[in-house]
Formats: sequence, C-alpha cells, structure tokens
Amino acid sequence: MVRTLLLRGMLAGLIAGLLTFGFLKIFGEPPIDRAIAFESRISAESHHASGAAAEPDDELVSRPVQSGVGLLTGVLVYSAAFGGLFGLAFAAVTGRAGSLGPRGTATLLAGAGFVAIYLVPALKYPASPPSVGQADTIQFRTALYFGMILVSVAGMIGTALLRGRLLRRFGGWDATLLAALAYGALMFAAGAVLPDVNEVPEHFPAVTLWQFRIASMGSQVVLWASLGLLFGLLTERHSIAARRPRLASRAV
Amino acid sequence: MPHTLSAAGTIQTQIPVRELLPWAAFGALLLLALYFVGAEEGATALINGTAVHEFLHDGRHLLGFPCH
Repeated sequence: MVRTLLLRGMLAGLIAGLLTFGFLKIFGEPPIDRAIAFESRISAESHHASGAAAEPDDELVSRPVQSGVGLLTGVLVYSAAFGGLFGLAFAAVTGRAGSLGPRGTATLLAGAGFVAIYLVPALKYPASPPSVGQADTIQFRTALYFGMILVSVAGMIGTALLRGRLLRRFGGWDATLLAALAYGALMFAAGAVLPDVNEVPEHFPAVTLWQFRIASMGSQVVLWASLGLLFGLLTERHSIAARRPRLASRAV
Repeated sequence: MPHTLSAAGTIQTQIPVRELLPWAAFGALLLLALYFVGAEEGATALINGTAVHEFLHDGRHLLGFPCH
C-alpha cells in the first residue's frame, strides 16, 4: 500500500517535473540570460577600468548544457523526490484527514506543500538569478533558507495536528482558521527574527529580478498543482477499480 | 452507476503507523537527492570540484536555492 503510493508519487512527480521544465524553459531562462549578460557587462567594465584584458571564461559546463539537460536533470530529480515524499505524506494522511476523498486529500496536501516548502520561505528569501548574491555568504544564506523551510514544514505539520485537536471544540471552519492563524503567526515571527539578505548588486535591472522571481514562483505552482491533481486522480481510479469486484458481488 | 462507484471510491482507510515507519528510510534517500540538487558544491560538498554545481546551475537558481 505504502509502496504503491510512493511509486505513484514519484511517477506523478516526474510528469509534473516535465511540465515544470517546459514552463521554466519558456519563462525562466530569458531572465537568467539577461542576468548573465549583466554579470559579464559588469566584469568587462571592471577589467577595462583596471586596464587588464578580460580573461576568457573557462566554462566547465556550457550554457546550452546548463539551460538544457542540466536544468531538466535538476528539475526532474527535484520533482520526483518531492513526488515520492508527497506519496509518503499522503500515506500518512489518508484516512486521518476527514472525508475529502483521495482527490481532495491530494489537492489539499499539495497546496500545503507549496505554501510550506516554497511560498512562505520564498517570501523571506526569494529565488535569485545569477549575479545576485555574494559568493562568500553562500553558507550563511543556505543555512538561513533551509532553516526557514524546516521551521515552515514543522509549523505546517503542527498546524494540521492542532486543527485536529481544535476540531471537536470549535468545528471545522473555526478550527481551520485558528490553526492557519497559528501557522501565520509562527512564520511571521520566524521571518522577523531571521536576518535579511540584501545582496542585489547596484544597477541590477529590477524588471529582470521580478521576472526571474515570478517565473520561479509560477514553476512551483505548476509543479505542485500538477503533482497533487494527477496523484489524486490516479489514486481515485485505483480505489474505484479495487472496489468494483466487491460492489459487483454485493449486487448479486 | 458511476456515481455510486465514485462515492465508494472516496472511502479512505488509515495506514497503521508501524507500516509507515520503515519507509522513513526511503524518505531520507529522497532528501539526499534534494540535497544534491539544492546545495552540493555550494554551501557544503561531499564531492570535490564544481561540476555538479555548474551542471545543476540553472535549476538551482530557478528552484529557489541560494547559489554562489
């Protein structure tokens, strides 16, 4: 049972990953190219000013590879891994989260995953294109970002458990609202306590930064929506098919 | 008829915790895969060099991870 859900999650994740790759190829690569053009212009100007010849870029991996098979690999591994984790989370949640049915449960779970894993951490530490961010702060920034995700995911799980506890006393609507409020308050506090990252270089085009960030956010919407909807659909079909013989025998 | 079938399909049974727990090991494996996409040869490195970082460069930026 768990094995089926895990594999189904990874399969749905792979398909969601292909859609996400297509989205990023169309909307994510153009702002990356503009950011790299900005980076080369700045470094060429500084070389010119210092009188040194611009050193040729000894690229280890060419741009076409980075934006093609490299991007595809990264997105597919990311999507399949989150798909698998999604399948495991669904296995833990199913039957314990009210009477939403497989599709409702999967959609709700995917929405919670999007909010907790990407959206809220990104509100504090948004995705940044090349040339935004200083190399010597990478460890600090990575720790902050992963820490924010950890708090957010733990907070979201706590929210779900809290809702269950409040359910009998307050009813569905109010229990949901109170639990959501608790998550919001926790994440607001985390965002207020953790330090800001302010590393956008001077004269970096604001429009490129914005386009990059909404492309990143849009791709996560595509990923989580297609993962949740596809997983729910497959699970519902599977459970209907599993019940059909029993229903038929009951009818006889 | 499809109606009754889909109604029956919405019955969800709980999976007992002792059946779930062994799969946490696989979950850890998936987290390791995410680490490779998100942070290997960035903040920390299990492998020397920058090949993994450079190959996954665009995905790492666009998926929201901090990158150089």
